[in-house]
Amino acid sequence: MALRKVKGNLERMFDKNLTDLVRGIRNNKDNETKFIAQCIEEIKLELRQENISVKANAVAKLTYLQMMGYDVSWACFNVIEVMSSTKFTYKRIGYLAASQTFHPDTEVLMLTTNMVRKDLNSQSQYEAGLALSGLSCFISPDLARDLANDIMTLLSSTRPYLRKKAVLMMYKVFLRFPEALRPAFPRLKEKLEDPDSGVQSAAVNVVCELARKNPKNYLSLAPVFFKLMTTSTNNWMLIKIIKLFGALTPLEPRLGKKLIEPLTNLIHSTSAMSLLYECINTVIAVLISISSGMPNHSTSIQLCVQKLRILIEDSDQNLKYLGLLAMSKILKTHPKSVQSHKDLILQCLDDKDESIRLRALDLLYGMVSKKNLMEIVKKLMIHMDKAEGTSYRDELLSKIIEICSQNNYQHITNFEWYVSVLVELTRMEGTKHGPLVANQLLDVAIRVAAIRAFVVAQMALLLDNSHFITGFSQRASMCEVLFAAAWICGEFSEFLTDPKATLEALLRARVSTLPGHIQAVYVQNIMKLYGRILTSSGSDASMDEDMVAKAAVEEVSEMVAARLPSFVESSELEVQERASCALQLVKFVQKQLTKGQAAGLGAEIVSLFDGELNPVAPKAQKKVQVPEGLDLDEWINEPPPSESSDSEPEVQRPSLFATGNAENAYVESYQSSKPAELTQEEVQRNREARQQEQACNPNYLKGGGKLESKSGMFDVAEVPVAQLDLPVALKIPGLASSDHYLQKQKQTSSKKKVSTKKKKKSKKHKESSDEEELAAPLHVVNTDVGEMPEGATLSDGMDDDNNDLNDPHRALDVNLDEPLRAEETLPVRSHREAVKFEVTGEKKAKKKSSKKEEKVKKSKKQPIMMDLLQNGEHTNAPTEEPSNDFWLDHAEYEAMPDTSQSKLQVEENEKPKKKSSSKTKEKSKEKKKKKEKKVINEDSLVSSLAVEAPTFVPDLKQTMSNKDKNVLIVS
Amino acid sequence: MIKAILVFNNHGKPRLSKFYQYFNEDMQQQIIKETFQLVSKRDDNVCNFLEGGSLIGGSDYKLIYRHYATLYFVFCVDSSESELGILDLIQVFVETLDKCFENVCELDLIFHVDKVHYILNELVMGGMVLETNMSEILTRIEEQNKLEKLEAGITAAPARAVSAVKNMNLSQQIKDIKLPDLPQAIKDLKF
Repeated sequence: MALRKVKGNLERMFDKNLTDLVRGIRNNKDNETKFIAQCIEEIKLELRQENISVKANAVAKLTYLQMMGYDVSWACFNVIEVMSSTKFTYKRIGYLAASQTFHPDTEVLMLTTNMVRKDLNSQSQYEAGLALSGLSCFISPDLARDLANDIMTLLSSTRPYLRKKAVLMMYKVFLRFPEALRPAFPRLKEKLEDPDSGVQSAAVNVVCELARKNPKNYLSLAPVFFKLMTTSTNNWMLIKIIKLFGALTPLEPRLGKKLIEPLTNLIHSTSAMSLLYECINTVIAVLISISSGMPNHSTSIQLCVQKLRILIEDSDQNLKYLGLLAMSKILKTHPKSVQSHKDLILQCLDDKDESIRLRALDLLYGMVSKKNLMEIVKKLMIHMDKAEGTSYRDELLSKIIEICSQNNYQHITNFEWYVSVLVELTRMEGTKHGPLVANQLLDVAIRVAAIRAFVVAQMALLLDNSHFITGFSQRASMCEVLFAAAWICGEFSEFLTDPKATLEALLRARVSTLPGHIQAVYVQNIMKLYGRILTSSGSDASMDEDMVAKAAVEEVSEMVAARLPSFVESSELEVQERASCALQLVKFVQKQLTKGQAAGLGAEIVSLFDGELNPVAPKAQKKVQVPEGLDLDEWINEPPPSESSDSEPEVQRPSLFATGNAENAYVESYQSSKPAELTQEEVQRNREARQQEQACNPNYLKGGGKLESKSGMFDVAEVPVAQLDLPVALKIPGLASSDHYLQKQKQTSSKKKVSTKKKKKSKKHKESSDEEELAAPLHVVNTDVGEMPEGATLSDGMDDDNNDLNDPHRALDVNLDEPLRAEETLPVRSHREAVKFEVTGEKKAKKKSSKKEEKVKKSKKQPIMMDLLQNGEHTNAPTEEPSNDFWLDHAEYEAMPDTSQSKLQVEENEKPKKKSSSKTKEKSKEKKKKKEKKVINEDSLVSSLAVEAPTFVPDLKQTMSNKDKNVLIVS
Repeated sequence: MIKAILVFNNHGKPRLSKFYQYFNEDMQQQIIKETFQLVSKRDDNVCNFLEGGSLIGGSDYKLIYRHYATLYFVFCVDSSESELGILDLIQVFVETLDKCFENVCELDLIFHVDKVHYILNELVMGGMVLETNMSEILTRIEEQNKLEKLEAGITAAPARAVSAVKNMNLSQQIKDIKLPDLPQAIKDLKF
């Protein structure tokens, strides 16, 4: 035996240790993988040896290889072996390996329960600390359940080092085993007032993490934290507390008011930037939560903004970044105080640091007004030309659109300018926001009736020069704009100056390289334009006689009929279908033309595309009610059995396309079923039916009636708006003039100079009236814009969606949430439960352990239980009662000095409510909040509370006695 | 919460990786690679915060890093951590390393990654900050090292001797032996 040991020792000398491994890897850079494979083989051999030091060495090497990206989970048994070594050195190696390679789903973790427990209870604080550190990385639900009690015991260890680690460990236990939170919480709370500041800090840390997810359960701790905040000098802890308060204030405005003073003191006194910054952040949170009322807070805002300005002006980029970040929070509620620092923020746009520029961009959103929008967008466009990275450019593009389109284009006074900006944006290379630009174009064209003529002209130009957009493959996403262009030109074809040229542009051969959905839109709009040309070239009635017009129409028909087949050959089914349908229609028209019966055909084709399209709210679809008797989950056809699913469609297909290849089949089937007239009739019939249905359906935007009136409105509105639009256009587009549209602006340039001079003069005298002038005529456009979404939002439930969003996020938090509430009402039962749990857990783990041991354990546990019970009893009181005082204290300072009596009443009323049930507590709190906002008068508040009070009167005595107890305990 | 702590050099070679949330090895490597790409293209005079990093976390997460000579120290944290606080923590970490290794350099991290882990364990535990006071951290580390030394005692002597011999790195030392520059010596000889 001894011999073997000596032999082992000798062999060990020539094993590679970690240093050798690292050196070897560095020396074998060319064939690293081969070398490592060889090393792993060696390690496997070493792991088979009995000598623990050899194993530890091997495991240490594996830990290194793990960092290099090698999966070493095959060695987990050996890791456990090393962990269980009695030597601290090896144990350390083992725990390190475990913390790097194990995770909660590792199966061997079941085997570690007892070993870890032994280590936790070790005499050496470093062994226990090691176990805690390791466990924090790989704790599984089972381990958490089985070891919760041991970790709880460590919370009251005599060594601060262990208490500190145990406190942090408890958070991990809560995450994996939420049931532990309730019984452990009183202990955790004690640790907030631990004599050791490290333990205190750890406890604060844990409570912060818990409270971040569901703050309302931790409101009762506010007084404790408040005391800590005003007494502690540990910056790290202060930051955490202040962050925590930031999370709590939205729930309890009174807390916020109380916080302002100490926070401003800290802001003035601290030299630590990190603390200063967090103070500002929390003050902002407070100000947001109590944004209404309290006039004297403007000073706090001023202070924050002032300090933030100092941060932003600092040469340290980090402070600059954080300053901007905090600014954006203020912006939401107090835009005006931020707007005065516009210069600074625009300056940050030029910063060399991308993160800072992005932050500044965020702020710009709130900085724009009707006056400076063009200027700012111009600046952004220049930045966009200079921007090197595509991601930043994309960000700029989306920001420009976001800024311009906010609140239904609130800040846009001149839509011609906006459209030209959008058109300029289409020239950006390699952006992914093509669809965004396209959507904006569509949206503006649809919503702003007055601008349509201009948009159509621009879009026709775009279509004509589509090769600029599709020219480079890297601009792929920008071709989406053609989708919008084609649709706008087709839909509003009455504004086209030369429909034939546009039609030609749509029919170009190059088009076939576009994505399918764009081609499909092309086909559709070719037909719209075709119909338009038919109607416009000579009145329909005279067409048969007027030979010139007839020749022109025939020519166009010829062209369309000649070019459409290239669409029919498209690989996209959608395009094929639409194109062949369109082709037949054109052929039919041609036939009628030769027969001389084309009168009125144009009008009929146009009527195919009749009807106004209105913007639809994004959630409108969701709001459509499912008709009675329609089960959306029901199969329309029974699903085919999965095995034969592959073969069946193949059998069916031939019957659909009986003759020849697919394309011919299409053409033939269309030819056989008299195409044009029938479809037209059908379409009309369907449309009528649909319109009737829509009229009856309350969920539709009332189409019929309103539409007529609206189109009437348009007719009236169009003329004057167009006229009003022009003078504005003369004033401003020069600022954001695009190279493409220089021609247009040249016409107006001479007038513009005059107008800008005027502007300068008027600016000095009456700035406000200037703005009104700008705004007044364009309100017509704006209301146009605003109407549709309003109608849509009426039928919309914004809240529904928010709830949907929140549900999955909050699902996790609820688990932690519930036990605590229960603890407040049933502290005793919960502890028993928990202890039971722990005992059963113990039983599981220690199957072999004798009854004696268990008895010992139980007897050990009893004092703890007692301890807990006691805690449970009086924690209930101290947390609630001081909190009352805490709040009231404040109510006094905030409002009325003369309400000592009513204050008492409040105190009495509040307590029973909190006792009786948590739900009512919340409710009444909410009510109270509302009332407080509305009525600042303390008396009326009290009286309103008094109305609620009677039901809780019986509990009053209890709480009073509780309070007495409390006093006893405290004294 | 701190989600991950990564240390890598200017070429993206990992020198320390500590994940406080489970990712498999491939994912870990990918995260290191992605983080390196994000961090390395930034100038030294820009701010030390980075949003994004699609692999780890989400919008709530930030990368906070510092660049020291050849090494990047990157902490991935969520919004409950103070940005400037974490920067200070990185500073504490590096200063502690400096104290423990005496003028720490990349080589120390390469060859003693285990020790770096032990030091880190005294700063951060399970993604939460354990201690920020450097002297406290140092005493804890020293006490644990003492424990190891006590255990090592005589039994580990042979192994240490061997490793000492290995560390001498004879072949390299032979190379390093400087012989007088012969041609120069010859030139110096004047007849």
